[in-house]
Amino acid sequence: MVTLNDPNAARAHARAQDGTLADAMPILPPVADDLPAGVSAEDLLWEERIAGGGYTSRRLARGSRTRLIDVDGDACASILIFNAEMPTERLNVADTVKIQWNAYLGAGKLLLSDMGRVLMSIEADDAGAHDAFCGASNAASNARVYGEGGNWSAFPNARDRLLLGAAKHGFGRRDVHPCINLFKGVRIAQGGSTVLDIGPFAPGRALTLRAEMDVILVIANCPHVLDTRPWTVTPLRATAWRGPIAGDADTIRNATPEGRRAFLNVDDYYRR
Amino acid sequence: MIITAAREGTQVTDVALAGLAGPIVHDETVPARAPWLHEVKAGQTLRIVDLEGNQAVDFLMYAAADDAERYSAQDTIAAQSNIFLRAGSRLLSNEGRPMMTITATAVDYHDTIGGACSCESNTLRYGHHTKAQHACVDNFLDANVRAGRGKRDMVSNINFFMNVPVEADGALGIVDGISAPGLTVDLKAEMDVIVVVSNCPQINNPCNGFNPTPVRMIVSA
Repeated sequence: MVTLNDPNAARAHARAQDGTLADAMPILPPVADDLPAGVSAEDLLWEERIAGGGYTSRRLARGSRTRLIDVDGDACASILIFNAEMPTERLNVADTVKIQWNAYLGAGKLLLSDMGRVLMSIEADDAGAHDAFCGASNAASNARVYGEGGNWSAFPNARDRLLLGAAKHGFGRRDVHPCINLFKGVRIAQGGSTVLDIGPFAPGRALTLRAEMDVILVIANCPHVLDTRPWTVTPLRATAWRGPIAGDADTIRNATPEGRRAFLNVDDYYRR
Repeated sequence: MIITAAREGTQVTDVALAGLAGPIVHDETVPARAPWLHEVKAGQTLRIVDLEGNQAVDFLMYAAADDAERYSAQDTIAAQSNIFLRAGSRLLSNEGRPMMTITATAVDYHDTIGGACSCESNTLRYGHHTKAQHACVDNFLDANVRAGRGKRDMVSNINFFMNVPVEADGALGIVDGISAPGLTVDLKAEMDVIVVVSNCPQINNPCNGFNPTPVRMIVSA
């Protein structure tokens, strides 16, 4: 046991940690050696590794890309999205599936707000297993499965992780809206049953989100609420870089009439 | 006024009241296109009557003691591993607690993935010519803002008497309803809840048979 009985010794002890690397941490300034072709290192905005059971949140500018990587094949990224400028506008999961006439998320799909606008779009996705239906685990569900579930415990639940991530931007319980789970799949069977797909998946699956508005993205990386295995969740990596906003000829923008109108509404919002 | 529904030896003349055990403590017809807000106490049963058939009833609820606790479609779906609400479905809060239970339904299933129509989503689904039409979100806001809640309190809702199938390839949409005139759904409150309803005014899809109609709300003790 180290004796630190004066402030100078305590300071020296604390400062000795400088430069320590951990499995889960942000890299400042961001460094990534695997940026997509054409992306300059100087446009890198964010590089962070989120632990299994961890969370993060960040404000992201319109046009920026956020790539999430399921590093070891067993991450589950539950996400909330807010309009950073007017956070009462947020992801609307029901509108997202209803307006696109489809239950499943993947490359080219839009993540829509409750104001008829597209907050983010899925620019690339090689996972193909996501979930817009089952939402976040909560304290009660984690207590049932793992014996405990609080933020202070070894088995934090996704809702309380999202609550902390949202609280860092001044939000509260009313703002933890229905979420989307990335990297764990739920399909709907005949009769309405939810069918969970938890793999096993290959390591390194990636999904890239393009911010179509200035957004706040909140991410919790906790086991899927329907995952009954002993606590299993592996790290998630987030990398973001600056990029151009979707132009008039953008493929995602023009893929469907509903989507095109969602982009028109975004254009209109930023017409100022 | 307290109306005794099914007192022993008394013939029930109003078929919409059949099977309700306790005295009727509230009985109101919600006009087509209108909002409705009412507190239902633990143990009471709310019966919704689809008076003219295939009328979507958009439904949210909040815990009366703490309205940051509210209906959660996702918790409800996850707990029963099914997207459809049927007899026996427990309607859970965002804290995972039961708020109401569907004790009986004359319609096979109800929707909780389709959400509520809004002026804004109508611009995507149908075009900007529908922006000025009345919509469920405006009803929810109209009722909620008068009770101290606001847009942050809007979450995925239930659509009683609305039919949203999901096909094998994920295709999903609001299709012709499976309800009929006079069909009912009964909800027993597991805690004191504030129910907020939009009697859906949508005229661009089959959720109301393209003709919004009144519904009846009966609360039995």
